[in-house]
Amino acid sequence: MGTKLNSAAAGTANYVDERTSIGGFVKFFARKLFPDHWSFMLGEIALYSFIVLLLSGVFLTAFFVPSMTEVHYEGPFETMHGVAMTEAFASTLKTSFEVPGGLLIRQIHHWAALLFLAAIMTHMCRVFFTGAFRKPRELNWLVGFTLMILGLAAGFSGYSLPDDVLSGNGLRIIDGVVKSIPLIGSYISYWMFGGEYPGVDIIPRLFTMHILLVPGLILALIALHLFLVFLHKHTQYPGGGKSHKNVVGLPLFPVYTAKAGGFFFVVFGIIALVASVFTINPVWNYGPYDPSPVSAGTQPDWYILFVDGALRLMPGWIAGVFPLEWELWGYTLSWNILIPAVIVPGIFFAIIALYPWLEAWATGDKGERHVLDRPRNVPVRTGIGVAMISFYVILVIEGSNDIVANLFHLSLNDITIFFQWGIFIIPPLAFWITKRICLGLQRKDRELVLHGHETGTIVRYDHGEYVEVHRPLDEQEVWLRVSYDNHKPLEIEPELNDHGVARKGYRWDRFKQRLSRFYFEERVEPVTPEELEEARHHHDSHGAHEAAEAEESGERLDSEWEELEDGAKR
Amino acid sequence: MSAPEHSTGSELDPANGFENPGLGEHRPRKADIDDKADKKAERQTAALFGISIVGTIIALVAYFTLNDADPGDIAQIRQVNMWIGIGIFLAMIGIGLGAIHWAKTLMRDHEMVEDRHELRSSDEAREGAIQNLKDGVEDSGLGGPKRRSVLKGSLITALAVAPLAVLVPQIGNMGSDWNISKFRHTLWGPGVRLARDPDGALIKAADVTIGSVFHVIPDGLNDLDHHHLISEKAKAVVLLVRLDPADLKVQEGREDWSFDGIVAYSKICTHVGCPVALYEQQTHHLLCPCHQSTFDVSDGCKVVFGPAKRPLPQLPIAVDDEGYIVAQADFDEPIGPSYWDRLKGGDDTTAEEVSH
Repeated sequence: MGTKLNSAAAGTANYVDERTSIGGFVKFFARKLFPDHWSFMLGEIALYSFIVLLLSGVFLTAFFVPSMTEVHYEGPFETMHGVAMTEAFASTLKTSFEVPGGLLIRQIHHWAALLFLAAIMTHMCRVFFTGAFRKPRELNWLVGFTLMILGLAAGFSGYSLPDDVLSGNGLRIIDGVVKSIPLIGSYISYWMFGGEYPGVDIIPRLFTMHILLVPGLILALIALHLFLVFLHKHTQYPGGGKSHKNVVGLPLFPVYTAKAGGFFFVVFGIIALVASVFTINPVWNYGPYDPSPVSAGTQPDWYILFVDGALRLMPGWIAGVFPLEWELWGYTLSWNILIPAVIVPGIFFAIIALYPWLEAWATGDKGERHVLDRPRNVPVRTGIGVAMISFYVILVIEGSNDIVANLFHLSLNDITIFFQWGIFIIPPLAFWITKRICLGLQRKDRELVLHGHETGTIVRYDHGEYVEVHRPLDEQEVWLRVSYDNHKPLEIEPELNDHGVARKGYRWDRFKQRLSRFYFEERVEPVTPEELEEARHHHDSHGAHEAAEAEESGERLDSEWEELEDGAKR
Repeated sequence: MSAPEHSTGSELDPANGFENPGLGEHRPRKADIDDKADKKAERQTAALFGISIVGTIIALVAYFTLNDADPGDIAQIRQVNMWIGIGIFLAMIGIGLGAIHWAKTLMRDHEMVEDRHELRSSDEAREGAIQNLKDGVEDSGLGGPKRRSVLKGSLITALAVAPLAVLVPQIGNMGSDWNISKFRHTLWGPGVRLARDPDGALIKAADVTIGSVFHVIPDGLNDLDHHHLISEKAKAVVLLVRLDPADLKVQEGREDWSFDGIVAYSKICTHVGCPVALYEQQTHHLLCPCHQSTFDVSDGCKVVFGPAKRPLPQLPIAVDDEGYIVAQADFDEPIGPSYWDRLKGGDDTTAEEVSH
């Protein structure tokens, strides 16, 4: 039996290899090494929730009817009997109430979408704070960034498909934002909706976008993203034996086949559990789209909250005197919509997309960087990251300010006014605090390297002085704390050359130098071997001696204790 | 690929003057040294896979047995979904945790080391690539003494404009008639009666008590087909409120737009177009739940808070001979969010032409 199976497998392998030369690929891939760390799983969660989205999405297309034709509901859900609705909404109800397991798959799909974007964003944070975007991975950072934008597009287009009151109002907000675009806004709105909002074309159009265009692009970019991960080989956290020229880890087959493959089932399982016990988007309670009703406390899915929050935050009038909607020569320019919904998200995303180049200008680093940074060792980057997160979180909270107001018994208006100031004050403050914390942690690292761990053992000198014994760090612990890139501000050539002629590119260099100063002017240098030597010498003349004595006395106490114990036993 | 037991660190670059100490000492796991622990881990893994099989059975049993419920019984539907879901959960998590437990306890955990290679192609490969491209250019006839600028120019131009042949007709058809002046007209017009949303019952002035609020549609809206109904309703919805005439600040030029304290305003927010549906009776404020623009009904629906800049457009109303509330005319400005040429007239279609 066993030999038969083996020879069958060998035969198949031979058959395929003779036609594809797959043997070379298997040789290359099977034992490829991947470093191990929990934070490397965040991207995996995104990938696996996307697979769950594809699987559940295929099921949903079997029942969903992407049509805005009017029907009167006659199905089993009694509260909707006779209500006029589009086929899209009616088929959503049918999937929920007449297809066994249909509601479950809808909920799996929706929860997986929420998780997909959450995982993408936390994965981006991990990559950002550890500097995994540095050369040679800048392009892959851009691929990942585009995946996030496509994820937002996929989420929003899918959210709108059931054609319920909530998503219809969401579309109406999009329509209002689009109309604010100067010159062509109204025409873009007509282009999207096939005429006046809402029309009868938007659901079929969003459907094509949601099930074909966007997922097709996502799939292609995921393939590129993973190809580049394989090509670059994975980054690794710093530690003994790790360098920019090697990769330390475990082989794809069998270890990561089992771990990562198994993790897919874990992600799927947890999504299924959440979907089976927590209701999400119960459109049957909202009702079909009608342009008139809307209820309080209506939120979009979480990943859209930041746009909604920005729209809420922007006042129509500054201090009641200065309008943010201008009428110029008879044309209307709505800064109150353009700034929060177009300009600010545009700048925010542009900074994220281009960040790797920004930092490369500041460091002037040209080499490949495969060992990750500990966030404390790049205080300015870590500070920028935390400032960006705090900016984003303010918008998200403002996007649910009515819920927050209700929950904490606060005034809705006060929350908005607080954040109108906070959006300017909190992110710089977060930057400054984070930078200080990072520098503090670096100093702590220096302290540890130079003076060792506190042992809690106190010894007394003959002359009465008490000191605590410190245990020196072992070489692994030292290496982790001293091996980071110690960047200094860039030095540039002077503006004028020997002949007193201004050189080309000076202004660009000066910009990079200023940027570099912002990053590295204030820094904590790693301990040098000389400093360590000196400190150890210093400790040896005092500390080691006492440590030895303390150890001796400790041993003596231990043995006395044992004797006592033995005596008690007897 | 190599798997040194302990990398010496001699081939590793130093940093800041320190030598890389090499990989730390590898500690064997319990299952590596203790046969009992190894057997135990194996049993645990098998048990997890067993849980998965149980989960699959639960999902299938739930599908086939719980499913004869009375359709329309929401509680029952939820039960079926929940049990199928829990079945899927166990079926998946059993495999997942089993595989991970296997990997963590029984598979190799002694790290291996592999060299990285610079991504840059070798100089040789680069030179070869450049030579190949040069040869290709030569073969195409673009490289030699003849510059063939006409050929190049015409090709680039053709490529640049060719997409228009495809895109213009496609995009051109997506916007229907592109008549954006429809934004400025609604179903309202002289003598159109105000009706309740959604049932279409007409409203008499006498029915509107002080402090009450009516969600209003134009009479006749419900007779339209679904498509037109929704699009017209999206523009025509109105809120009707009766205030104590003493509280009402009548706006200049609009002295006869209200009736005995009854005022009607567009329900579509001037910010981005959500329905402004929440009325606070005590303060006479209208609140948009989407972005919290707040309008003061007693003072011409001016903005008192939030992102909107303009007041809600007012619908001029009167009472007809039979006591029903009617519109005097359409809104005198486009309702809803601002757009570039909102203030431009620029159209010659009348309200009647558009609405019929």
